Amino acid sequence: MPVDIWQISWFTILVACMATLIMMPFGIATAWLLARCTFTGKTALETFVSLPLVLPPVATGLILLRLLARRGPVGRLLDNAGIEFLFTWKAVVLAMAVLGFPLLVRTARAGFEQVNQRYELVAQTLGASRLRVFFTVSLPLASRAVVAGILLAFSRSLGEFGATVMVAGSIPGGTRTLASGIYNYVEIGQDANANALLMISIILAFGAVWLSNHIARSANH
Amino acid sequence: MRTSIVLDIVVQLDAFNLEVHEHLNSEVVALFGQTGSGKTTMLETIAGLQHALQGEIRVGSHLLFSSRAGVDVPVWQRRVGYVPQDVVLFPHMDVRRNISYGHSPSSMLSFDRVVDLLDIEPLFPRPIAVLSGGERQRVAIARALLSSPNILLLDEPLTGFDNAFRQEALRYLGRLRNELDIPMFYVSHDKNEILEIADWVIVIEQGQVECAGEPCSVLSGHA
Repeated sequence: MPVDIWQISWFTILVACMATLIMMPFGIATAWLLARCTFTGKTALETFVSLPLVLPPVATGLILLRLLARRGPVGRLLDNAGIEFLFTWKAVVLAMAVLGFPLLVRTARAGFEQVNQRYELVAQTLGASRLRVFFTVSLPLASRAVVAGILLAFSRSLGEFGATVMVAGSIPGGTRTLASGIYNYVEIGQDANANALLMISIILAFGAVWLSNHIARSANH
Repeated sequence: MRTSIVLDIVVQLDAFNLEVHEHLNSEVVALFGQTGSGKTTMLETIAGLQHALQGEIRVGSHLLFSSRAGVDVPVWQRRVGYVPQDVVLFPHMDVRRNISYGHSPSSMLSFDRVVDLLDIEPLFPRPIAVLSGGERQRVAIARALLSSPNILLLDEPLTGFDNAFRQEALRYLGRLRNELDIPMFYVSHDKNEILEIADWVIVIEQGQVECAGEPCSVLSGHA
């Protein structure tokens, strides 16, 4: 198998892992917030979080591109700080994280909602602060759903294409991922390479989704 | 020395308001009344799980709530040992971790003493899921005691158990009453239980205190 196939595969796994790690604290906190708290603007937050699920990924990518462009509100700050972001691996990580985030939040939220609130209330009467209750009661009891959500978000990151191409392109040895690699190889007629990436994508996606479903099912029992 | 308890609260419920205005000085106070009369609400208000509209809750020198002074101590700082009717042991922890959950090194009661008092040690190797109802009650009470409570709140601890278990449980509760200096609120429908364990009873109907006093004199008039 050509060297660049392995490079693309390892790069995709690596950036998907980084995107998942970045998503985890924010995604779990958002899931808990939506499951347990009532506040003004909750519906707006729910909608905003779910938006990348229903928007075309290319549209999400375009929004990110506008934000991160040199003259964009975030891009200007990054430029002033001397940080190059667009069309680098960092942009790939961001695109993957944004697209995977709603899956993590929705799955983890369902897990937190299934935890009997009496456990949390009794833990508080035993002197535990809300933060301690979260780490010692809520999170362990929702852990299977949270892990299933993390795996789903990771799977989504592995397959991300539209937003990634918008903000990071498909630079060989730089930002090319499994999805963008398949597209590029098919476009230039290198079917053998496209098929090899396809097989790797299927194996990785199957493994991650299978594991996620397995964990989610055992959580329901 | 007995701990004085001020319970002067109004709590808004769906069907009626719960109103209690009692100054107590007893070891074990029983709350007696029909289902839905407001007994559990009273315990949960003391624990901080429900909010009083107005009034004051004080256990000894600890002011837990005062609408006039603007005090509403958060649940986790109230130091109440609450054992709800549905017991609620943490299913992802073993017996030892459950009872240690709220235990701090500065606790008035040592781990060993509580384990001994409630005969918990034989339960250590067993998973939470296989404990009997009575064993779960003992673990829940031990867990509450180890959180250094200023007051113990027990919501119908013996409801649904057979007579043999009730006798055994009453023996354990009697040991707590006799050996510990912690006031106890005890919700029950059962007059015999109250007569055996309590030294004061408050009868509640539809959120109002119908009468209060020594169990033998108060309960003699109730069917």
